[in-house]
Amino acid sequence: MIKYLKTDDSKCVGCMTCTSVCSRLYFKEDNPARSAIQVLDRGNNEFHLIACDQECRKCVAECPVQAIRVSAAGVVMIDKKLCVGCLACVAVCPIGAMRYYPGDSTTFKCVACGACAKECPKQALEIVRKEEGAAS
Amino acid sequence: MSVKREDFKLLSESRFEPRKIERGYAMRTMHVDVGSGKATEKPVSEDMKKRFTGGKGFGLKLLWDAVKPTTKWNDPENEIVIGMGPICGNTNYPGSGKSLVVSISPLTGIPIDSNVGGYFGPYFKFGGWDALELQGKAAKDVVLFFDSNEGTVQLFEAPAALGVDTHVLAEQLTVAFAANEAERQNVSVVSAGSAAEHSFIGLLNFSLWDKRRGGVRVKQAGRGGIGTVLRDKRIKALVVRYKGVVQDSNKAADPALVQRTGLKLHREIIKNDDKQCKMRRQGTAHLMEVMNDYDLLPTNNHKYGRHEKGNELASWVWEKYFTQGLPDGCWFGCTMACAHAVDGFELKTGPYKGHKVCVDGPEYETAAGCGSNLGVFDPEGVLEINFYCDTYGVDTISFGTITSFLMECQELGVLNRERTDGIDLSWGNWKGACEVLHSMSRGERFGTLAGKGVKFLAGYFSKEYGADPQLMKDIALHGKGLEQSEYISKESLAQQGGYYMTNKGPQHDEAWLIFMDMVNNRIPTFENKAEALHYFPMFRTWFGLQGLCKLPWNDVEPADNAKHPEPNKVPEHVQNYCDMYTAITGEKLDPPGLIRQSERVYNFQRAFNVRMGKGRREDDWPPYRAMGPVLEDEYLAREERYDKQMKEKIGVDPAGKSVAERMRITREYRTKQYESLLDAVFKRRGWTMDGCPRPEHLKDIGMDLPEVLEVVNARIAGRA
Repeated sequence: MIKYLKTDDSKCVGCMTCTSVCSRLYFKEDNPARSAIQVLDRGNNEFHLIACDQECRKCVAECPVQAIRVSAAGVVMIDKKLCVGCLACVAVCPIGAMRYYPGDSTTFKCVACGACAKECPKQALEIVRKEEGAAS
Repeated sequence: MSVKREDFKLLSESRFEPRKIERGYAMRTMHVDVGSGKATEKPVSEDMKKRFTGGKGFGLKLLWDAVKPTTKWNDPENEIVIGMGPICGNTNYPGSGKSLVVSISPLTGIPIDSNVGGYFGPYFKFGGWDALELQGKAAKDVVLFFDSNEGTVQLFEAPAALGVDTHVLAEQLTVAFAANEAERQNVSVVSAGSAAEHSFIGLLNFSLWDKRRGGVRVKQAGRGGIGTVLRDKRIKALVVRYKGVVQDSNKAADPALVQRTGLKLHREIIKNDDKQCKMRRQGTAHLMEVMNDYDLLPTNNHKYGRHEKGNELASWVWEKYFTQGLPDGCWFGCTMACAHAVDGFELKTGPYKGHKVCVDGPEYETAAGCGSNLGVFDPEGVLEINFYCDTYGVDTISFGTITSFLMECQELGVLNRERTDGIDLSWGNWKGACEVLHSMSRGERFGTLAGKGVKFLAGYFSKEYGADPQLMKDIALHGKGLEQSEYISKESLAQQGGYYMTNKGPQHDEAWLIFMDMVNNRIPTFENKAEALHYFPMFRTWFGLQGLCKLPWNDVEPADNAKHPEPNKVPEHVQNYCDMYTAITGEKLDPPGLIRQSERVYNFQRAFNVRMGKGRREDDWPPYRAMGPVLEDEYLAREERYDKQMKEKIGVDPAGKSVAERMRITREYRTKQYESLLDAVFKRRGWTMDGCPRPEHLKDIGMDLPEVLEVVNARIAGRA
């Protein structure tokens, strides 16, 4: 099974609650640039949410030190002790879900913890499970 | 057979305080006396940093200080110096894990330099060193172990169970010196092999532990016989251990700029590589069919440039052999990932016959040199030669060019079974080529003879077998004693210069101008060619000063590269390099400043050649096979081209003239052309017409060190 954060752009109002929750939880600061979930403002009150689908795993294949692995829960995780910060994973990610903050030594990504989904006032985010290989 | 850490008998130990790198430099180098195992530390001065930059620059400076003008390759004072450079070990910019190795070459008697990947250089650097000098000789086989975390240097007696061939030895050492299985990636080994002991073409294999394959991979410092020097010093291997590589191990002045510049190139590679060179799937072997199409693929000792079976060694063939989908970089973060391998290859000959092995490569040079150039179009034959060259520790380029020379000598009747000790060296017989290798590995007569290189062989065959000395000289493809690498240069005057007006000998890493010159006609005049033969060797020298690989410079290009007035320089990438240098060292650098850094080291190396009694105009002269058709059938294979050239460029009507007459006219013309090119290039480089750097030029570029001026002044005054 794969556990992932399912996003629904149609419900998002761009309140940025999710980015606050995420960056506070993992980086102790309110900073969208340090949030694993990203909110893209497309104008006209339309927003696009970006988070790892935990499924394509291009980053897992690309990592030269095997610091990126799939956990037992089916989540793509970065072992920061092994990471050499090369950013190859950022480059191969097709949706821009693998992130880095300038000057930080390792990358980060959504690990489907669900903290943002709990706080989202519009239920645009949800932790769900899917079968390996099933279309998302 | 496995070897345990406790099997290694400690002979001596030195200790150092590990030092953090600051802005790309440790500001010290390590010297090891191999005889005693004593390691000492030398400071790097600001002046040394400014003049020599790092990597090959530091290597040559340390080598200069270590040797005398009379030093031979096997004198104890000769050194192997491994230099890293300020960018080396960076993980963000693809191709940043290179080391530069220098030594006095057994083939040429002058400094050789060889650029190599693998983990050794960065792991050694992160112990707090900018270079490693190995001097002296051990009384028996030894292993030197550097623990970059602990700061220890230990000299061990090599246990009897330790193999000598790299695929056995490097794995044994990696397993023995890693703290546990998970930490094998933190160990790297430098080794040669059994054939390096009996030839002048020995190489150094730099290992990396491939986590996914669960085995050792190797990258080669191939050229010029440095592995021969290693074994002459009785060093079986160098082992380094380092745990703790991180994004900013170089402690960059601006780590965010390092990341931004690296990520830009990562993205470019991911986006463009599939449409451009396909390095991620095929490595440098992508060149095979291109060279064959342009009549540039060395075939039968560079006699021809094309073969009807050429496509049997094409990129798509190799793509199927290479295990796909693995991040095959030779250092972390290289998304160009060209270091491909063939897994589970079953050997058909030699002492490891029947073993299933991992073959590193082939890269283009090997596929061409040990394939088409030997008339071999069986990819499995190429793989067999590739594997044995690597594990026996010999250079596939020199081996390919030597063996093609031997094969042509058999064709010409100079060699026969009696003279080859029974080895059949017919074109295409890859098993015969392997027999030469096995003979070299065992130290037998013919293999040892072959391993002395084509310069020696040409003289030997003339003297011992009565071969025509001029013919032998014409078809022995070497410059300064180093075998030519694997591109046909005879139809491109600029490439003849690119090969033979080099410091170390004809290696393509200084200048590759064939397309610019021959195909696209972008550098028509002598002055244009001379400018290219100034700019490109200087620019490409810079990679070796920094610890960089050349490939990400122009084996991937920005999508809009062609719109620039000088697309061959790949201007955006040149700017990336300036940005990387500035981001790491904190020092501003622009493209002219980059060239200036190289010019200093390039001229120093030329002066080093002068100091060793070489570096003269005559030393930059190619064998005629590299310049034009030596034999009648060779002329006839390109008759139309040569006749057209005679009419249009030489102004002679070929009609009614015999082939011999037309060959003579062509040769005379091409010889004069090369002389004119030498004049133009020497002038552009600031050298005398004999090829010696002028004192005033050395002053202009900031390389007017007293010891250098003494050498060039003595040459110019006719005293040396």
